[in-house]
Amino acid sequence: MSSELTSDYTVVHTKSKAFYERYERKDDLQHQTHFCPGCGHGNIHKMLASAIEELGIKDRTILVGPVGCGVFTYYYFDVGNVSAAHGRAPAVATAMKRSSPEGIVISYQGDGDLSAIGTAEIVHAANRGERITVIFVNNAIYSMTGGQFAPTTLIGQKSTTTPGGRSAATEGYPLHVCEMLATLEAPVYIERVGLGDNKQITQAARAIRRAVENQVRGVGFSLVEVLSPCPTIWKMTPVEAQHWVRDVMEKTFPLGVFRDRTREAQPLPQQKPAPPLEEIPGILGVADADLPEGNAHAMEGSREVDLQVRIAGFGGQGVLLLGEVLAEAGLDAGLEVSWLPSYGPEMRSGTSNCHVRLSRQPIDSPLVAMPDVLVAMNEPSLRKFDASVRPGGWIIYNGEAFPREYERADVHVLARPFTRLADELGDPRASNMVMLGALLGIADVLPQASIDAALRRLVKNPRWVALDERALDRGRKIYKEAHEGVLP
Amino acid sequence: MRKQLMKGNEAIVKSAILAGCRAFYGYPITPASEIAEAAAFYMQRAGGVFLQAESEVAAINMLYGAAGAGVRAMTASSGPGISLMQEGISYMAGAELPCVIADITRGGPGLGNIAAEQGDYHQVVKGGGHGNYRTLVLAPYSVQEMADLTAQAFELADRYRNPVFVLADGFIGQMMEPVAFPQTATAPVEPEWAVTGTAKTRTNLIGSLHLDIDEMEAHLRAMEAKYRHAEQYETRAEEWSADEAEIVLVGYGIVGRILKAVTAEARADGLNVGLLRPITLYPFPTMHFRRLAEHARLFIVVEMSNGQLLEDVRLALNGARPVEFLNRMGGNVPSHHEVLDFVREWARRTGVLRRELPAIAPEEERMANV
Repeated sequence: MSSELTSDYTVVHTKSKAFYERYERKDDLQHQTHFCPGCGHGNIHKMLASAIEELGIKDRTILVGPVGCGVFTYYYFDVGNVSAAHGRAPAVATAMKRSSPEGIVISYQGDGDLSAIGTAEIVHAANRGERITVIFVNNAIYSMTGGQFAPTTLIGQKSTTTPGGRSAATEGYPLHVCEMLATLEAPVYIERVGLGDNKQITQAARAIRRAVENQVRGVGFSLVEVLSPCPTIWKMTPVEAQHWVRDVMEKTFPLGVFRDRTREAQPLPQQKPAPPLEEIPGILGVADADLPEGNAHAMEGSREVDLQVRIAGFGGQGVLLLGEVLAEAGLDAGLEVSWLPSYGPEMRSGTSNCHVRLSRQPIDSPLVAMPDVLVAMNEPSLRKFDASVRPGGWIIYNGEAFPREYERADVHVLARPFTRLADELGDPRASNMVMLGALLGIADVLPQASIDAALRRLVKNPRWVALDERALDRGRKIYKEAHEGVLP
Repeated sequence: MRKQLMKGNEAIVKSAILAGCRAFYGYPITPASEIAEAAAFYMQRAGGVFLQAESEVAAINMLYGAAGAGVRAMTASSGPGISLMQEGISYMAGAELPCVIADITRGGPGLGNIAAEQGDYHQVVKGGGHGNYRTLVLAPYSVQEMADLTAQAFELADRYRNPVFVLADGFIGQMMEPVAFPQTATAPVEPEWAVTGTAKTRTNLIGSLHLDIDEMEAHLRAMEAKYRHAEQYETRAEEWSADEAEIVLVGYGIVGRILKAVTAEARADGLNVGLLRPITLYPFPTMHFRRLAEHARLFIVVEMSNGQLLEDVRLALNGARPVEFLNRMGGNVPSHHEVLDFVREWARRTGVLRRELPAIAPEEERMANV
């Protein structure tokens, strides 16, 4: 603080302690700001710095600066500083607040930054009720880049990109950010203030302090829009510019409180403390202790395994589950396995298919181009994959009879009405498991214990487990009856 | 460590959390959405933050905030979403903020389709945003590598204070394979440059603005030095029967899997073929190429894109050996028969003769750092 004594009054210069004593991040003139004479940013910076100092939160403050004339907030504010990309400050602030909830996160943005390029970010930060403070400096123009039109430019106002003045027909109408955000449920406090005269300035300081204080209390999203003069770009004297805020700008952007739920808003309940590190593997379900031992011992001494299966059918027939049970059982038996689904819209309608490989050796490609066994749960799947089956391989087909046009002399076929057979067991939806039973009959490589374990891991409903077990048995029997002794 | 069957997209999240990641910001897109879904389920249980952002633009800027707050943070997307994130990635590289981004690629350009493709190579490996920066890129080819390389990505991101990509394709993301995880979770130390709203971090500044041209150049030189260091120490590739190979097949991700099958079959057929699979796409394993070029007569690049990997292979070989090229696009995968026929044809044209070759032992698999 310093003071000058004049003949009849004293001028007191105070500088908030939330400002650096000397602006060392600036390359020269380190005792003054970069702002033009009469610019509103200087005032707004002061108001914000005073609020930070008065609330005793200098150490806790994280100031997220914009792109625009406010970009150099970190020159001046002796707080934690973050410089965001153009318009993205609310997104940056969102994450900083969520990861450092004790921090007081303030987003400082201009009208190009907030109301043009950053529209999505501010709307959604407000709508989520992020517990941050936003200072929105509206001077109705892009100043830093030399005076281009902004969404907040007044009708008729000239800019370098609206040389004839803003026309509603071409550029639309000035964007009313406060009014717009006040339609949302979550914001706690929204006010528009101005720097048009001393009275307005006093109110602006009060509003800014309140918006910061709200965050200290933890109550929710607060935004203050400040109508701010830009004499340089407006081509006015500082005094004219100040009056223009009050006499012209304010008519388009009326001052006032658009939302105030400060009193009734409640801080978030205390977050649960993070679990201790040693609990993390358990939380993720990857702790060895929680994983089954498996039945690899049951495979000791058994022959080489290299099974390649393609399973296909309509979405909803349980194609993927069939493949998953097979792969899970293979893993349980200590084999290398892969399961590769078709994905996307195919899952939701039409056909679905998956590739499954089981092997003693590391699996090179998980794509099964020439399956040993094709499980075709419908006719389109047979049509699509019939020709791909390896000579000497098998086709398990869900149908009363195998369509003649797909007959091949070099493959084995097991065609049965599996859906009807499953229906006889209690539910047609178990047809996938009847077919898996048949497959396990053909490729008899897995211990029963692994199949049981896989089924129990993947099918949670005990009623279904019982049905699926019957279905698997039925499938094995079907294979056995049909091909006893025929197999290599 | 016991193995369990899991999708690549789920393995990424579990590995990330074990590696100390405590913030995930994302936006849904096929075929990467399971990553956000798994993060939504596990992140809060692990004491971290999950948020579905309003766009990929917002998501990457949230990562900027989380990383700025000193938290290990990640996002995941696919081609169109990665395009939108490029702005933020450039800012993060400029501000020297670490993060991990998983790109589970799909078909492009434009809306393309959702089938597995590798057309994001350029935008990810060369850096699709503005300015003088690089992103480190790890390319898993199995679910186990999805887990391992994600953990590695967080280490690299912190070591180099730079965004790191895990570049996979729809297949690797969607498929299930057995995977094992480390049994201990990592607690990263809060970096001293972070801004967390404390007295200790009050003097810190996170940003990428350097108005002074000399200061800007000094910053870029420092970044350049980082990248040179990474090129020297972080390059990874897998060589498989490649040491004495006359024909070296080159491919990453799912293609690397197919090429293993092809390599095994070609060798069984008496052709001296080997595989070089880049695991880091940036830094590119140039030294592996140079070394193998001493014996190899021909390199064959196989990719699911329009010659993007091919360019880097040609740069690495610098004309030392001829390079042939086979690609499929749009979601088609080069079948191993298709590749094998191509290899046989080029073996014939190059005069590579069939001879008795030793079988490949599985343990011959080798991952080398150069």
